[in-house]
Amino acid sequence: MAEKLIKPEDLARGISYKHPEKDWRDVPTEMKKGCINYGALPASADYLDLPNVKKWQPMHDDWQLPENWKEIIFEGLKERLKKFRSLQLFMDVCVRCGACADKCHFYIGSGDPKNMPVLRAELLRAVYRSNFTLAGKILGRMAGGRELTKDVIKEWFFYFYQCTECRRCSVFCPYGIDTAEITMMVRELLNLLGLGIDWITTPAANCFRTGNHLGIQPHGFKDSVDFAVDDLEENCGVRVEAPINKKGAEVLVVVPSADYFGDPHYYGFLGYMALFHEIGLDYTFSAFASEGGNFGLFHSNEMMKRLNNKIYAEAKRLGVKWIIGAECGHMWRVLHQYMDTMNGPADFLEEPVSPITGTKFENAKATKMVHICEFTADLIKHNKIKLDPSRNNHWNVTYHDSCNTARGMGLLEEPRYILKNTCNKFHEMPENTIREQTFCCGSGSGIGTDENLEMRMRGGFPRANAVKYVQEKHGVNLLTCICAIDKATLPPLLQYWVPGVEVAAIHELVGNALVMTGENDRSIDLRGDKMGGKEDTEDV
Amino acid sequence: MAKFEWEDVCIDVDEDGFMEEPDQWNERVAVGLATTEGVDDLTEEHWKLVHYLRDYYAKYGIAPMIRKLCKETGFPLKKVYELFPSGPAKGACKVAGLAKPTGCV
Repeated sequence: MAEKLIKPEDLARGISYKHPEKDWRDVPTEMKKGCINYGALPASADYLDLPNVKKWQPMHDDWQLPENWKEIIFEGLKERLKKFRSLQLFMDVCVRCGACADKCHFYIGSGDPKNMPVLRAELLRAVYRSNFTLAGKILGRMAGGRELTKDVIKEWFFYFYQCTECRRCSVFCPYGIDTAEITMMVRELLNLLGLGIDWITTPAANCFRTGNHLGIQPHGFKDSVDFAVDDLEENCGVRVEAPINKKGAEVLVVVPSADYFGDPHYYGFLGYMALFHEIGLDYTFSAFASEGGNFGLFHSNEMMKRLNNKIYAEAKRLGVKWIIGAECGHMWRVLHQYMDTMNGPADFLEEPVSPITGTKFENAKATKMVHICEFTADLIKHNKIKLDPSRNNHWNVTYHDSCNTARGMGLLEEPRYILKNTCNKFHEMPENTIREQTFCCGSGSGIGTDENLEMRMRGGFPRANAVKYVQEKHGVNLLTCICAIDKATLPPLLQYWVPGVEVAAIHELVGNALVMTGENDRSIDLRGDKMGGKEDTEDV
Repeated sequence: MAKFEWEDVCIDVDEDGFMEEPDQWNERVAVGLATTEGVDDLTEEHWKLVHYLRDYYAKYGIAPMIRKLCKETGFPLKKVYELFPSGPAKGACKVAGLAKPTGCV
């Protein structure tokens, strides 16, 4: 059962930054309820051909490790040190200066020193030292080494599934150590022992089985898209077409599956469809590539590659020219940082050119995939769409930079440009909490589960705190973002820490503000509530 | 895996009390599962929601999108929370014997 949470004020008061006096290596890890994720379901792990599949939960004493578990870890680490030069570098180069220590949202929200990025990385580094460096082999603990025991494995599981791979710490590291990559490596090692978590394994398995993380089958996908078309028509009086698997379309549009399932993601999905219709874009959705997200990123390099490949295989099959990727977080991390050398170059596609403005998206030359915010911002810049920002007057807006689009691909200006053209009231959160320094939602990288709710509220505390600041100072009542995990996990976070602030997709505001040919009086917004400009002026 | 036992009902459930085998669902099971959600009396409105979910699940193998659920049952989201305090996914789906959706939701 999901644990009942303590009151926010009690949780905040209980955070202590006083560290244990003992050496960190001697402080045992408690598998604390509310701060841990369930193990992978055997059926999903089997579906992905993962090793050492078992029925297992981290709360149990026996983790059913295979007999040769140590050998598996050492071999796995050796292989990865050889394969990823970055890992070798990150293991050797840290001088423990501590610049990252207080930059992690989980450290800020928990006070647990093992959530300092430097110490979290040290959990692996100490084992590396003892077994892969001369000083460590001879001097062991004195050289900062540590013996690999079953308790170390448990500690890895606990802390590396508490890191959201958001990479805020890496912004402050003078050596550029990317702690997220260390987390990714340890998760790979844990997965070799069959120690994956279900929130990652089942979505990845679903994605292969039905095309998306949620496990929606093709006829269910069509049913949802058809429903959205009807809903949009009822809302704004315009019947749009939303083709699926249309061969020869110019553009393949890939969205995260939560866009056609969850709330408030769905209203952004309506926004995309309204926009594409209004500009007459020749596009198609796909049932096979009905997922932008890539939970493989949270599992292993290999899994990420396999899932990413699906999008390109479908683009090839359908014969599209290029791809638009929608409001999704980690899809963009994979696209921007790994795709080209992993599955690229996608030279069977064309370099993306907007058919409406003629803009050539030079930055997407290699991947052939354009972010929907780049695409929409370009339309606005060229005056190709008519927007009435007063229709969003019921919203007082701020913007949460999603970690993967901000730090993972540098998409900082386009979302803001769109917002400033679609609403009249926009206020930024403090500058050390946005853009490259954005604070994570606290639930990314596959740990947005109910059983992990306490840790999510702790990790999301710095973000929520910044939202509270603009709520109190400017009366902000809407937090916009462009990541599906954000849209799923920020609402409960805000409900806990900052009641009264809602969460929305940027393209929900675009959809509201978009003046469509043949539209009705647009008195109702995409959520079905009274549209901004239509209410009594004194409320505005 | 755990067992959920209530009166004559005995089923396998996961850590959160969701059914392991949704095909073993019946109305008795629903009444039993509802007690774990603090719903001791399933009214006509509860059943309307539960049957809608079951029908959708039979066709599509998954829960419907939340917006569709609200529109087709005529219950605004607020009402769904009144009926099942843990909400559509965690409350209503659980009582209807559906699996928990996973991913960015």
